[in-house]
Amino acid sequence: MTQPETAVAHYLEAFDGIDGGEADRIRELRRAGMDRFVALGFPTMKNEDWHYTSVAPIATRSFDRTSFPSTVPSTDLDPFLFDSPEWPRLVFVDGWLAPELSNVPPRAGIDVSNLRPSLVDGSVDAALLGTIADHDTVGFTALNTALMQDGAVIRIGANVELETPIHLVFVSAQPVPLAASFPRNLVVLERGARASVIESYFGLRDESYLTVPVTEISLGEGARLEHVKVQNESAVAFHVGTIEAVQQRGSELHSFSYAAGAELSRTNVYTVLNGPGSSCTLNGMYMVSGVQHVDHQTRIVHAQPNTTSREIYKGILDGRSHGVFNGKVYVRPEAQKTDGKQSNNNLLLSDHARVDTKPQLEIFADDVKCTHGATVGRLDEVALFYMKSRGLDAEQARTLLIYAFAADVLETIPVKPVRDALEAAVFARVRGEELQLTSE
Amino acid sequence: MLEIKGLRANIGENEILKGVDLTVRKGEVHAIMGPNGSGKSTLAQVIAGHPAYEITAGSVTYDGQDLLEMEPEERAQAGIFLAFQYPVEIPGVTNAYFLRSAYNAIRKARGEDEVDPLEFLDVMEEKMKLVDMDPAMLNRSVNAGFSGGEKKRNEIVQLAVLNPRLAILDETDSGLDIDALRIVADGVNKLRGPEKSAIVVTHYQRLLNYIVPDYVHVLAGGRFVRSGGKELAVELEEHGYDWIQSHAPETAGAGSRA
Repeated sequence: MTQPETAVAHYLEAFDGIDGGEADRIRELRRAGMDRFVALGFPTMKNEDWHYTSVAPIATRSFDRTSFPSTVPSTDLDPFLFDSPEWPRLVFVDGWLAPELSNVPPRAGIDVSNLRPSLVDGSVDAALLGTIADHDTVGFTALNTALMQDGAVIRIGANVELETPIHLVFVSAQPVPLAASFPRNLVVLERGARASVIESYFGLRDESYLTVPVTEISLGEGARLEHVKVQNESAVAFHVGTIEAVQQRGSELHSFSYAAGAELSRTNVYTVLNGPGSSCTLNGMYMVSGVQHVDHQTRIVHAQPNTTSREIYKGILDGRSHGVFNGKVYVRPEAQKTDGKQSNNNLLLSDHARVDTKPQLEIFADDVKCTHGATVGRLDEVALFYMKSRGLDAEQARTLLIYAFAADVLETIPVKPVRDALEAAVFARVRGEELQLTSE
Repeated sequence: MLEIKGLRANIGENEILKGVDLTVRKGEVHAIMGPNGSGKSTLAQVIAGHPAYEITAGSVTYDGQDLLEMEPEERAQAGIFLAFQYPVEIPGVTNAYFLRSAYNAIRKARGEDEVDPLEFLDVMEEKMKLVDMDPAMLNRSVNAGFSGGEKKRNEIVQLAVLNPRLAILDETDSGLDIDALRIVADGVNKLRGPEKSAIVVTHYQRLLNYIVPDYVHVLAGGRFVRSGGKELAVELEEHGYDWIQSHAPETAGAGSRA
């Protein structure tokens, strides 16, 4: 596999074209990102972290970083708001804030703004930027760091509890092919703070585009964050996103990653349990068909004693789709009394769908309790017969069984309107796919 | 109602049923007994349409229709119900949802209106009382984590709700203690009627103390070797299956009483 030099040069050009006027630290950060990206290039399948996913379709195309804000009619967003238009939200169109679509009522102890002004004035929150996500060794994070446009900066003050979720909406709407956006988010929960953050990604046009978002999360002592990412990019889009967290003592991260869109997508969810007693739940669901490729990589680092991790990812694969799951759990020598459970279950609906699943435990402490498991299966013929013997027709039985497979992980989505919407989406898709399946 | 003639069925290369004849008329309860491996469960599953079996010869008609040409759901919609020997767990689907879907599918097939969840709740609660089942079970996943006895009771709840014309109980007594057996049998007896028939498959005679059959057939080696009235079950209990097989009369196989 040869390295597609031309695409790298194309992004170097984009980098050189970025307007000045940003704070010195930000300029240095971008430069560091660009240097690392040039050195690393796009990952190849020789790279262990990309063994089952070829990014050649991204690497060989020259996507253009969108350079100016644009907008869409607000009604275009309605189907993606989880019937909760009242939630505070920031909407980014092609990577840039759309103020007229955004609405964040001011509230004491909570600071929600877009990143752009911080890049210019180098304000306090921007100081954390680039310190959590690893742009030294992860090529796409380096690329995002070099080319980031805008995004959300959320800071929840100590012991502030936010009852309403904050919705970050990333919509791609470029009418021309090969647009690229590089959203960059920073979520900081101070000691004892509680909040829910939803990130939605979707496209409004059937043009090929690239989204490379990075979200950095810092959880202070005893903080609790519910984070849901919903990836519904259009069918010819490419999406490579990273969520990376650092957790202090007693903090809790409840993460859910839903991926149903894009021709090729990769989602990284990384966290470091960096304080004693901290815990994380990383769950997810992917559902693909046709020639879609969906890849999740999670990494949980148990760095301190008495830390807990729970992880369930489920996949439903139809057509000629390809799913990849790689779940890494590291237990460092000082992380005694670690308690970790991980599972990945996949349901293949077609003979041509494929899954590569790789749970990976690396344990360097001796007093730990860690389990993991992975399954790949098909619909249970006996269960189908049981349901049919009660009068359900073949399609009803199939739909119900597929839905049942997904239900227990969907139930863990921490924000109810999102849970309801995704349950409905899965149910609808299971029904709709029947036609697509038989025509293939 | 049901007429089986010369039925032969294979699973893979193995022939399990080797020529079975049976006639079940309206209102009749037939017991099918036999040693392990005799083909009892196969016969029950073949009637319900289990896809694992291949029918190699014979015919099965139900109300004049060719049953073997019907899909399992069509058979259910036509009033056939199989209480499974090993009820299947379906994690993620609640009992209430599953049963309402089945109930409505059958109503729809009969050209009747579907019922809404509230109406259905009334139907369910009444039927659950039949087998002394906690209504909280409605919101649990179908059979998931149920004890053996709970699973069997759940089959009878389904039987009661779906109200079939031909009920087939496949070793419903296995794994039940005597109290549970009585509850299940009482539940079944309340569902008997002049228009309804049942085939009770069992290894032991004790269930037949509670569900009293009109006819008893003994299946061995894939054929009926003996048929008679309810007293045949008592005889079997006394002498065991070896006795039947070593004393098989020349006319064995005459399960049909044409």
